[in-house]
Amino acid sequence: MSQPSMSEALRGIVHRDLQLAMRHRSDVAMSIFFVVIVASLFPLGVGPESAVLRMIASGVLWVTALLACLLSLGRLFTADFLDGVLEQMLLIPQPLSILVVGKVFAHWVISGLPVVLLSPLLGLQFGLSGESLWVLTLSLLLGTPTLSMIGAIGAALTLGLRGSGLLVALLVLPLFIPVLIFGAGSVTSSLAGIGSEANLSLLGACFLFSLVFAPWATAVALRIALE
Amino acid sequence: MSINWFKYSSPQAFHPLAGRMIPWFSVAALVLICVGLYIGFFVAPTDFQQGDAYRIIFVHVPAAWMSMFLYVIMAVWAGLGLGLNARPSFMMAQAIAPTGAMFTFLALLTGSMWGKPTWGAWWVWDARLTSELILLFQYIGIILLRASIDDLRRADRASAVLALVGVVNVPIIYFSVQWWNTLHQGASVSMTASPKMATTMVTAMLIMTLGFWMYSIAVTLARMRCVILERERQPSWGKNTSIQEVAEAR
Repeated sequence: MSQPSMSEALRGIVHRDLQLAMRHRSDVAMSIFFVVIVASLFPLGVGPESAVLRMIASGVLWVTALLACLLSLGRLFTADFLDGVLEQMLLIPQPLSILVVGKVFAHWVISGLPVVLLSPLLGLQFGLSGESLWVLTLSLLLGTPTLSMIGAIGAALTLGLRGSGLLVALLVLPLFIPVLIFGAGSVTSSLAGIGSEANLSLLGACFLFSLVFAPWATAVALRIALE
Repeated sequence: MSINWFKYSSPQAFHPLAGRMIPWFSVAALVLICVGLYIGFFVAPTDFQQGDAYRIIFVHVPAAWMSMFLYVIMAVWAGLGLGLNARPSFMMAQAIAPTGAMFTFLALLTGSMWGKPTWGAWWVWDARLTSELILLFQYIGIILLRASIDDLRRADRASAVLALVGVVNVPIIYFSVQWWNTLHQGASVSMTASPKMATTMVTAMLIMTLGFWMYSIAVTLARMRCVILERERQPSWGKNTSIQEVAEAR
């Protein structure tokens, strides 16, 4: 029997995780409705002044995306950890970081991509228009995978601990802050008319940096958790 | 004659050594901090722009330096622990974390005390303040992660990974005043250029920094002794030592 190549293994894991998610569609729907509801609370709380809403739009939508990612982090490894599949996965002949990349990608498709696709609609609700709407979508498209990758480190470190839901928030939120600053900053600067390229480039840099290091750190953390 | 470099890497040998070193470092810390504060508060000239309010920097700047230094040192110990699989390295990392968190908090506190008279606000969301605040959250996260894992080996290794991941933030704090256009001023003291302030001020600041170093070492060693005793209470020497110490304390 020949061993599957790295890309085959990657595809297999993404396929499996997406299929599992499709069997529990309500989970996916939940994170979408969470984003919609939280984003709709702000105009009710702050008041319907369109100038104010336009000013806080980027921050509110970014924080919402960040919370949605955080809440779904529990699903990333826990189910596989509890039924023992994760332990079997550590034994695959391919590098563990490949597995992590696959699982994080599937997690992003389930929890991050819906937010990205919804964001133009939510942006419209907050009175964004034209270029800033596109910048918001683009910044989320660049930023949410980074959030999933950083979050995976926290999820792996707290795997199977008591109170891990709260703990993962405390560990991961400080690391999310740079992404939040650049992401929300790109929309703000585009609204101010000074161009969003600098912030978007920094977001891209964050993405590449975490793509290189985060799967590796997650793999180390997973091995520690399952020792 | 060969030197046994690893003699003190055993907790049993390190425990008495740390006990012997603590008084020296404590005295040095006390003397240096007193001298530094005296020069800073009474000898250094009053700033013509900021008046006497600027004198808080003699605590603020050294504390901010220490908060970053200690993080890097903690991460180095954590990395050594992961690389060499050495328990004392993890213990060092564990012992350094609370002191680092304390200095980060001190830097933020003194900074806001300086900010009120100078900038007119206790807190501004500027890049350096925000990144220093993130550093405080990281220290707290590392301490909490360790506290919530019961298995010692996993607690050591997991918090070491988190410490290493967080190192990314240290250069961001350091260069934040250059990378972003911020309210916080740039560095007035650097290794390469002559300082942009009066010599007495620099002297006071450097003496304070040295004093804070001595304090950090003394406190870390004291905490290290507690950590060793707590962890080695099973082996007979640890039990005997702790009983002896309790007796001495009485």
